Amino acid sequence: MNRYSAFGLIRGAIGGHKHWQPAWRDAEPRASYDVIVIGGGGHGLATAYYLAKVHGLRNVAVLEKGWIGGGNVGRNTTLVRSNYRLKPLHDFFEFGLKLWEHLSDELNYNVMFSPRGSLVLGHSDADMTVLAQRGDAMACDGIDAELLTRDQVAKIEPLLDMSRDARFPIEGALIQRRGGTARHDAVAWGYARAADALGVDIIQKCEVTGFVRDGDRVTGVETTRGRIGAGRVGICVAGHSGHVADMAGLRLPIESQTLQALVTEGVKPMVRSVVQSHSIHCYISQSDKGGIVMGGDPDNWPSYARRGQPTIVEGAIAQAIALMPALSRLRMLRTWSGVTDMSFDGSPIIGTTPIANLFLNGGWCYGGFKATPASGFTYAHTLATGTPHPLAMPFALDRFARGATIDESGAGPLPNHR
Amino acid sequence: MYLIPCPHCGPRAQAEFTYERTTDSVVDPAGPVGTAMGTLFTRANPMGMDDEIWRHTYGCRAWLVLTRDRLTHAIAAVRTIGPEALP
Ligand SMILES: Cc1cc2nc3c(=O)[nH]c(=O)nc-3n(C[C@H](O)[C@H](O)[C@H](O)COP(=O)(O)OP(=O)(O)OC[C@H]3O[C@@H](n4cnc5c(N)ncnc54)[C@H](O)[C@@H]3O)c2cc1C
Ligand SMILES: [Zn+2]
Repeated sequence: MNRYSAFGLIRGAIGGHKHWQPAWRDAEPRASYDVIVIGGGGHGLATAYYLAKVHGLRNVAVLEKGWIGGGNVGRNTTLVRSNYRLKPLHDFFEFGLKLWEHLSDELNYNVMFSPRGSLVLGHSDADMTVLAQRGDAMACDGIDAELLTRDQVAKIEPLLDMSRDARFPIEGALIQRRGGTARHDAVAWGYARAADALGVDIIQKCEVTGFVRDGDRVTGVETTRGRIGAGRVGICVAGHSGHVADMAGLRLPIESQTLQALVTEGVKPMVRSVVQSHSIHCYISQSDKGGIVMGGDPDNWPSYARRGQPTIVEGAIAQAIALMPALSRLRMLRTWSGVTDMSFDGSPIIGTTPIANLFLNGGWCYGGFKATPASGFTYAHTLATGTPHPLAMPFALDRFARGATIDESGAGPLPNHR
Repeated sequence: MYLIPCPHCGPRAQAEFTYERTTDSVVDPAGPVGTAMGTLFTRANPMGMDDEIWRHTYGCRAWLVLTRDRLTHAIAAVRTIGPEALP
């Protein structure tokens, strides 16, 4: 791997940029691998990278049905934070946030992690009490959280409607200053390049269509490019966990739904932090190119169609404009959607399955991008050692049967009734 | 968005309806306790047809069963709900 550096850029500028190499090989599938990761999204690529880097496994393949970065890793709204109330969640995401802080150095790839502050607005006394509780829970574990007054919020985001008769009056906010955004494609490409450099085969246009079994063990996968043997197989397919696990006869506590986002034309800086409101589920941030990125609710019914319904986009825009009236002047550039795994307690599933040698990483709901490094790190541990990483232990698949759900939003088994 | 043919009201905008859950995830109160959690929490979640319970929330408020394709959103059948609609 040619290391990227300022010197390399200058050399390229002088030499007509002829020295650049492809960032990763276009690998042909081998007959078998020690570990196969199904799904070349951010999580799958990160998993492969940490398998090679931390656990020394080099005979590893990532199988991707489409192309690297074509899934949710390239479709999300790039928010990164660790401001969860429940301990298993904030411990896991904080471990991830610490990895984010050094990720560009680690991968020798600029993932443009931008800790511009993650601001969660409170619209009522009840909201502020909940935010204070959440901040306290985080602070008890040494995670930065700060409760802000109305005036402090207005200083950070002067374009918010702070009037008393605002549609969503603003009473204050909880800010995590280390939260922010990252460039989503760069995360996929950076992990892909770094994993490839360690010998991992990244195989695109290779869809897994079935599992090869020897009794109750998985010994490989069937793909559109033939049968490939594997010591261990890790499912890591974001919104597609349900039907991929079904090929192995597993039923999951997951329903696939469409989540949409939109971006406006590029404008000069107008949103400094990441503005979120969990009470109305709307979030606003400005991309480094200047577009205002917004998102909202999922469709709230099962869907594998990677398009959503306009009423949801309309709702998100209406909320965003109510919070920040100046946004009404902007033109929408495009809207898109991704298929997400909605788990029934809103938390991910990482770990073993009842089938030997088959592992699962899924159920990320709307919040898995921020988890990418932590997900890869802990899943690699699970795939390499056969046992869950301590941080991922609470997110075991059998937690539903044990009654040990991790339900941050208290929506129970019906996340669509949130 | 698409139209859902409500047996009571005729074709109406999908936004008038609320999705509840799949018919096979309804727990049988008389059934064994051991299987209730599995029934309540797990789904087949197929990339194709499934039987789903919907409600015409902003219309006649009736509960319905839709046989619907999750990839194309084509609706093969809509039935009014009753004991006979559940498996
Ligand atoms: C609109 C939207 C906004 C979001 N906003 C945020 C946000 O702001 N912050 C945040 O933290 N999270 C956010 N998320 C969630 C986040 O994007 C996902 O949780 C996360 O990216 C999922 O992990 P991944 O990157 O590995 O998934 P993906 O990139 O989807 O990777 C899964 C891969 O598996 C492949 N695959 C599927 N089936 C097969 C098969 N049979 N064989 C081979 N390959 C297969 C797919 O093609 C895909 O490339 C958002 C999601 C969406 C859709
Ligand atoms: Zn009706």
